[in-house]
Amino acid sequence: MLKNIVMALTLAMVILVGSATVFAADVPKPDPTGATIGTAADVVNATGGAPTEIDMDKYKDSEPLATKLADVVGHNRISINMVWTLVCGFLVMFMQLGFALAETGFTRAKNAGHTMGMNMMVYGIGMLGFWITGFALQMGGSGGAAALGGGTLLNQEFVINIFGKDFGVFGTKGFFLGDSVYDTTVLTMFLFQMVFMDTTATIPTGAMAERWTFKNFCLYGFFISMLVYPLYANWVWGGGWLSQVGANFGLGHGVLDFAGSSVVHMTGGVAALAGALVIGPRLGKFRADGTPNAIPGHHIPMALAGCLVLAFGWFGFNAGSTLAGGDLRISVVAVNTMLASAGGAMSAMMYMWFRYGKPDVSMAANGMLAGLVAITAPCGFVTPIASVIIGVIAGVLLCVSVLFVENKLKIDDPVGAISVHGVNGAWGMLSLGLFADGTYGDKLNGVEGTVKGLFYGDPSQFGAQCLAVAVNFIFVFVVMYIFFKVSDKIFKMRVPAEVEQEGLDEAEVAVIGYPEFSINKTHR
Amino acid sequence: MKKIEAIIKPHKLDEVKDALDKAGVHGMTVTEVKGYGRQKGHVEMYRGAEYQVVFKAKVKIEVVVNDAIAASVVEAVRVAANTGSIGDGKIFVVNVEEAVRIRTNERGESAV
Repeated sequence: MLKNIVMALTLAMVILVGSATVFAADVPKPDPTGATIGTAADVVNATGGAPTEIDMDKYKDSEPLATKLADVVGHNRISINMVWTLVCGFLVMFMQLGFALAETGFTRAKNAGHTMGMNMMVYGIGMLGFWITGFALQMGGSGGAAALGGGTLLNQEFVINIFGKDFGVFGTKGFFLGDSVYDTTVLTMFLFQMVFMDTTATIPTGAMAERWTFKNFCLYGFFISMLVYPLYANWVWGGGWLSQVGANFGLGHGVLDFAGSSVVHMTGGVAALAGALVIGPRLGKFRADGTPNAIPGHHIPMALAGCLVLAFGWFGFNAGSTLAGGDLRISVVAVNTMLASAGGAMSAMMYMWFRYGKPDVSMAANGMLAGLVAITAPCGFVTPIASVIIGVIAGVLLCVSVLFVENKLKIDDPVGAISVHGVNGAWGMLSLGLFADGTYGDKLNGVEGTVKGLFYGDPSQFGAQCLAVAVNFIFVFVVMYIFFKVSDKIFKMRVPAEVEQEGLDEAEVAVIGYPEFSINKTHR
Repeated sequence: MKKIEAIIKPHKLDEVKDALDKAGVHGMTVTEVKGYGRQKGHVEMYRGAEYQVVFKAKVKIEVVVNDAIAASVVEAVRVAANTGSIGDGKIFVVNVEEAVRIRTNERGESAV
């Protein structure tokens, strides 16, 4: 059966492949010091009053000093963007701490060492996986980033030709960050993309916490960073086929995801759904009749501190995604980001307060993250008012989803990762297609004009966003579900029942999170 | 000699300690304990699901006193620990056969 499917797929590939890897004619040279990155060419048309190409040509001989100075200005301009991108990348890296604290705080003390350990190691495992194949598959054919001085040596994309249109599937340059990409622009991109990928990789650790074997987790860490994340990211950010549905099929500007509601969060959330489904609920989570028991987290201050760390790192996540400190849209992006988080926290708090009598702070914190996840895709394209609306809806959606996942689907998600990242990742993508106001995004993905959503007169952009949500869910869910089922045969996913009851710390990671405190293990 | 064991609400510890001091008791042993009584704990909601708090946190105070002041000590604790609401705790009085001060080897009532 499986053999037949593989054969059919191979056959289909052979028939469909019109043109394989595309090689550019002249390959630019990598620049490992950055001395030649940022030139007068980066000054041309940089701002409203900047010199045009005609100006530059005209004054080249009569004003040689100005030409030289233009080179320096260009270098500075690119430097500002590179510093901005790197510093924002460092902020995103700090979100690993936020995830670690949130997930550990929302789970039980007997598993604190294990939960924290997964969050720490996913950083290293994910990074190495991304260094080996992930970055090359994602960005190898992206064509670089003009705001960072080029990086045009990322010029190899595996393309399938269907209906006479090119469908970029994955990049093929930059494995192990070898000499062909030993370049400051490319490495800046690597750092920034790496920390985003790691955000995705750490999301499922929360949904599968307190019962996942470390061995299986390690396999997972390599799989998602080397293959799953990079493929979808290529399709949206690496010049792949989803980004081109605008140019090819007239769907708005193609799929747009400013900072990764779908690329990062929905991928993580859907992987979390597949994982939580396959691994099953924690012992004692559901009673015999199916009603859920609450299993309160052991350290609410830690968890809430983690959520605030995430909110802080998110400024890097969203505003950094301009890849340009010189793009002053960053202020709009940052304000939109914080407004949506406030809307999400407030609406989730009110929802729980009205429905259950108390403002459940763990849900309010989840609501804040839900608002942040939702605004991640549209943050560059919408108004502050729309951002609050998007955040408020995200907070309510979060509460409804958490209750639905637990009461109806009977899936145990200790930290709410499926609802925060999966559901609100999808909502963020759709909200871009609804609220984009047409002030930003000219020529994005090779489509003329600014980005407009359904409410501003372009229903086709909403269509592209719907397509992205469907593709993300189907691709990530199917691949991750199969992965977890197969990997379970290699290294068992779930710890033995007695280890789960005793706590995973000693059995799985050799050290107890809180050795000098007696921990109440009789609690469910 | 009598041992007086009082299980009280944790936030009442300071008041009970001061009351004991006034009543002439100048040493005590305190333990953090958990337990439940006729209420059998209570139900809370977390993330939309119920959970039962069966064992409530309490503080157990143990003092050993001379027979002469035992009754007044019990009364001092009872008054100081009383809030009038459910879960104020209980006091137990038991006979003590012998007491030894380890440092000096004093015995009986002079050792407490």
